[in-house]
Amino acid sequence: MQRIIKNGQIIDETWHLLPKDATLDSLSNCDDYIVPLALWVEHSTALKARDGGLGVWLEAGEEIEEIAADLDNFQVIALNFPAFTDGRHSSTAYLLRTRYGYKGEVRAIGDILRDQLFALKRCGFDAFALRADKDPVDALKAFEDFAEVYQASADEPLPLFRRRA
Amino acid sequence: MYVYDEYDQRIVEDRVKQFRDQTRRYLAGELSGEEFRPLRLQNGLYIQRYAPMLRVAVPYGLMSSAQVRMMAKIARDYDKGYAHISTRQNVQFNWPELEDVPDILAELATVQMHAIQTSGNCIRNTTTDQFAGVARDEIIDPRPWCEIIRQWSTFHPEFSHLPRKFKIAVNGAASDRAAIEVHDIGLEAVKNEAGELGFRVAVGGGLGRTPIVGSYINEFLPWQHLISYLDAILRVYNRYGRRDNKYKARIKILVKALTPEVFAEKVNAEWAHLKDGPTTLSAEEVHRVADHFVDPAYRELVDLDADLAKLDAEHPGFARWRQRNTVAHKRPGYVAVTLSLKPTGVAPGDVTDKQLDAIADLADRYSFGEVRNSHNQNIILADVEQQQLFPLWGELRELGFATPNVGLLTDIICCPGGDFCSLANAKSIPVAEAIQRRFDDLDYLFDIGDLDLNISGCMNACGHHHVGHIGILGVDKKGQEFYQVSLGGSAGRDASLAQILGPSFAQDDMPDVIEKIIKVYVEQRTDEESFLDTFRRVGVDPFKERVYAANH
Repeated sequence: MQRIIKNGQIIDETWHLLPKDATLDSLSNCDDYIVPLALWVEHSTALKARDGGLGVWLEAGEEIEEIAADLDNFQVIALNFPAFTDGRHSSTAYLLRTRYGYKGEVRAIGDILRDQLFALKRCGFDAFALRADKDPVDALKAFEDFAEVYQASADEPLPLFRRRA
Repeated sequence: MYVYDEYDQRIVEDRVKQFRDQTRRYLAGELSGEEFRPLRLQNGLYIQRYAPMLRVAVPYGLMSSAQVRMMAKIARDYDKGYAHISTRQNVQFNWPELEDVPDILAELATVQMHAIQTSGNCIRNTTTDQFAGVARDEIIDPRPWCEIIRQWSTFHPEFSHLPRKFKIAVNGAASDRAAIEVHDIGLEAVKNEAGELGFRVAVGGGLGRTPIVGSYINEFLPWQHLISYLDAILRVYNRYGRRDNKYKARIKILVKALTPEVFAEKVNAEWAHLKDGPTTLSAEEVHRVADHFVDPAYRELVDLDADLAKLDAEHPGFARWRQRNTVAHKRPGYVAVTLSLKPTGVAPGDVTDKQLDAIADLADRYSFGEVRNSHNQNIILADVEQQQLFPLWGELRELGFATPNVGLLTDIICCPGGDFCSLANAKSIPVAEAIQRRFDDLDYLFDIGDLDLNISGCMNACGHHHVGHIGILGVDKKGQEFYQVSLGGSAGRDASLAQILGPSFAQDDMPDVIEKIIKVYVEQRTDEESFLDTFRRVGVDPFKERVYAANH
């Protein structure tokens, strides 16, 4: 079973991340699923009627504006990084937390590695599914990379210049 | 200059620890080369032709004498005894060992320096006028604003993996010595009718493969909103800039694709959410930073025009040097002095450890302990008393810094090129040297007058060839190193991109080609007309005809 980082702890994964081409037929009623955006767009009514947990995941080029009105339906919003150097979803997470007030889980999936975690957490991610070959225990150290930061972001509404002693 | 407080120092020290561990994990095989690459690049570490190259950040080009001495120490202890001033006012070391880089960073941190974001797809060192704070034509001192931008951009969590590198320049003077119109963002300090300070904002300028002069998207951004507006621009770029093709990933491509008007609308729509929020700059913060840039303890002096003219008459060499290598100062009795790092036979911008130590001493004795690097790859002592000019000249001559060629044809801007850089198509340093040797007659050089000759070894354009009055670009022609020549570029307020002359030339032909171009100029010019003005008047054809005329 995959282990993920959630709020700085390592926990066992309980969600099923469905591939892009998943169909409604492949879902059971009670399991927890993170569905691709296209499936949500096409079958939102059916997905809402299920008993299991519901999350959605976005590809790097998919925009959060598309589901901005639907956010209450999701316990998890997973954002995919095709490469860790693709920073688009850093903005998505920031917008989810600060502009849309989303309080559920924002999970980074895909090419997620230790050295990006500190910045991603700042942008509003609270869960990280590391790339399968990486050790999440080792990655926890990343959250201690910096004791101070200059900018305001999702984790800290005030820039340093408003916090300097 | 800005002095770190405990917060700034902590961030830089944490960075040293972080990079030390990243290097350890890479050497232990825990990080693959591919995984380590963006991490080391964001720390200015390239793997080059012979060894890694480490680019140390010199925020807006300003260094204290203690920092200059540290550059000398690093050159001595970790390199082959020299350093290179880059075209972005930074300092580069060409021969450090990868294993030593964490120790180098630890040494840098002791003098409030670092290599953060000097490469990689992130916000790079903010650059400005090398005469900031002392220029006579200055409207406001751009340095506090550069420092505010430095802090905002340092480890910005949302913009650490942009589509491509991102460069910001700030100008606070009537002349634009910071080339703001060829930056991803160019900021020009302006005052409105009420006398309030704001910024005129240009986006989407740049050199590289697709050179473009930037478009102004905001004519007056009140200073309080600088950071929120930058956040808005960067967010639009981070989300919508192309990532499928690295050659189309700079913000200029996005601005062009959307049109500047539509890009501006997107920025404004984003900014509407951020404006007046917590990132709004406070007067307290601006004062806190600006207090580090107040004037040094200038003495009440008067200009010594007559005395200096007398010295000029007695010492023609001094007169020449003073004419080219000094710039008027805002304070009476003071002058800014440029140390030329362009003597013939030395790679443009290179300095040895001994020279760096000597520069630090000169800074302490003549210029309040500070120096500036210019994007023209020279070093400036900005606050020299005019009565000290003659003895300073004597010292500079002994040290090899008094070549009276600042702004002249031999003051060549030149990237490290194929001798060092693994991206280069062709060598650039030997071409610069061959041209310098051809134009070794100072009288002729002075007669030619102001001329920016810029050389890049490849189309990444580190040598700014697009904005040279004469630009030279190294190209690969069937495995051979060739050079394409272009004319009429300018990085100043009247920024323009150079026009390609025609087919490229072999390395050995380059001095002849440049000589022919100069001859056309000398024949065609009217009184007092500069090379650039002559080119703009007569166009490219006379130059083309001469250079490509069949040899008889």
